Amino acid sequence: MNVVLQKKQSAAEARLGAMALPQSAAWMMSAREDALARLRAMGLPSGRDEYWKYTRPDSLTKAEPDPAAIFHSDEPRLFGQIDRLKIVFVDGAFDAEASDDLEMAGIEIHRLADISATDIHWSRDLFELYGTLEARGQSPVERPLAALNTAYATDGIVIRATGKAAKPVSLIYLHNSETSDAILHHVIRVESGAELTVLENGPAAARFNKVMEVDIADGGAFNHVRAQGRDHERRAVTHTFARLGEESVFKSFTLTANGVMTRNEAVIELTGDNAVAHVAGAAVGDGDFHHDDTVFITHDAAGCESRQVFKKVLRNGATGVFQGKILVKPDAQKTDGYQISQSLLLDEDSQFLAKPELEIYADDVACSHGSTSGAIDETALFYLRSRGIPTADAQDLLVLAFLAEAIEEIESEEIAADILSRLQGWLARRR
Amino acid sequence: MLEIKNLHVKLEEEDKAILKGVDLALQAGTVHAIMGPNGSGKSTLSYVLSGRDGYEVTEGSASLEGADILEMEPEERAAAGLFLAFQYPVEIPGVGNMTFLRTALNSQRKARGQDEMSAADFLKLIREKAKTLKIDADMLKRPVNVGFSGGEKKRNEILQMAVLEPKMCVLDETDSGLDVDAMKLVAEGVNALRDAGRSFLVITHYQRLLDHIKPDVVHIMADGRIVKTGGPELALEVEANGYADILAEVA
Repeated sequence: MNVVLQKKQSAAEARLGAMALPQSAAWMMSAREDALARLRAMGLPSGRDEYWKYTRPDSLTKAEPDPAAIFHSDEPRLFGQIDRLKIVFVDGAFDAEASDDLEMAGIEIHRLADISATDIHWSRDLFELYGTLEARGQSPVERPLAALNTAYATDGIVIRATGKAAKPVSLIYLHNSETSDAILHHVIRVESGAELTVLENGPAAARFNKVMEVDIADGGAFNHVRAQGRDHERRAVTHTFARLGEESVFKSFTLTANGVMTRNEAVIELTGDNAVAHVAGAAVGDGDFHHDDTVFITHDAAGCESRQVFKKVLRNGATGVFQGKILVKPDAQKTDGYQISQSLLLDEDSQFLAKPELEIYADDVACSHGSTSGAIDETALFYLRSRGIPTADAQDLLVLAFLAEAIEEIESEEIAADILSRLQGWLARRR
Repeated sequence: MLEIKNLHVKLEEEDKAILKGVDLALQAGTVHAIMGPNGSGKSTLSYVLSGRDGYEVTEGSASLEGADILEMEPEERAAAGLFLAFQYPVEIPGVGNMTFLRTALNSQRKARGQDEMSAADFLKLIREKAKTLKIDADMLKRPVNVGFSGGEKKRNEILQMAVLEPKMCVLDETDSGLDVDAMKLVAEGVNALRDAGRSFLVITHYQRLLDHIKPDVVHIMADGRIVKTGGPELALEVEANGYADILAEVA
């Protein structure tokens, strides 16, 4: 037997030895056990894995999380001016007091912890998705930390959108304990013709493992905007699994400012004709910042469009990683795929590691990709200064201009303005 | 307004002298033109005045209304009232033209201790200025100079000048790459700004721009020096006979 795999499996056994599956109803238990079996077969990720070549998984896989100090700021809360349904988790635990009632026109919404405790028939129907997209996303590339999540998640949100949601669902992840280790799992089903926006923000915990499964039926639309918390020492591994039906739309944007370890995976399957998937990210990092965007988009239907736009601003030795793949299956004719990953390196110590991949089996497709790394454009900087704009302002203007293509992926102008002000705050603190 | 005395400049990277003792004095309200063959140092003079990197002043001085501009950062020179219209305006993807202009104007106002201009007042100002230069709303919304034609870029330079209202305007080969109609439009924009309190230094290869922007004084520059100074007739002489005669005469 393969020695590397053996090591990964024994690492998994060692880790799992101290963990117990959360108590759940029988049907839920079987989903957890299936995930556990997947995890046992794969083992935990190791530094020898091709998929973990640029990001060391140790701090995400070890038994105890490293402690993370809590970031304090006087800035207004993100999305504070936006009319939304608030759901608050503190170090992974649901905070009923701080949360709104789980009721809104156009959607059914429940806590995972509530729904998984009952064996009643309706919850099962709604919930049969749990772990399904995660399991599908394990091939052709293994994602053991997502299987671990399905097996051990303690809570999360389950949403079924049946119409146009009255307002965004806003998941707020607060971090109060310096040693918390949180595992949350959300399941979202957007029915035919329904529309839903989900916002996420906050650091969540010292270590956070989050999975979100999004199943979009024909003609459904799902929007996602996320800002990952600024507690610099926090660590996060997140997986977004999405499956898109005919003419459905999936759009996701992530802002990451700070964080010594962030691994965001997006695994998207376009299974119905003429579906559209956009996934974008803006990351700004300083010092021992490490940020990894790993994206896998599968075109398995005709006439679909996918777009990946990832921009990173790195300074003082920060590291950015991008692994992005477009897989076009033989029947996915008329595919329109676009991928761009770029870094702005503000000094010579920072690094950007990019692995763009295209794998195309259909013959009538348009796929383009590009990846660049560069410094601030001195000519542009001088032009701005020659018009009276002070150097620091001019530099910030150019940094925001660099990030603009990613921010433009956000549909709502109001939300985009909020994200922009976060970036301005980050830049202002580095003057 | 602008006084340049015995200005010597070399390239920072190599030991190559470009300006070898330039003397120039512009009174407020006057238009001076500098003409000269390729490589005479005309553009270098404009870069050094605006504070671009890569040049080292080895001797001499340059002052704007008595203040030494060579000691200032580029943004300080702008706030003091100096403006360079670039020969090759820079494209800045991601920065909207309006945002750029408003940031520039308010930065200068702030540096001069004035209040920032409100968004509404700025919009009014820019609409009025843009109209005379035939700059449409789309050009104002687009990123700075991105996808602009050569003529649009030059008009955009003049628009910036009109909005920022500098005291001392240096135009570096603003006519290059322009057809006759575009040149007329640019010249009209410049002429509209002529004022008793504002001076212009127009750098050009050709006389034809000077048909539209009538100079008070014309200088001929060669090998890093002003070799001849005269009235507008000097530009016509260059147009008719080229530089060779003048250069031979002063040699």
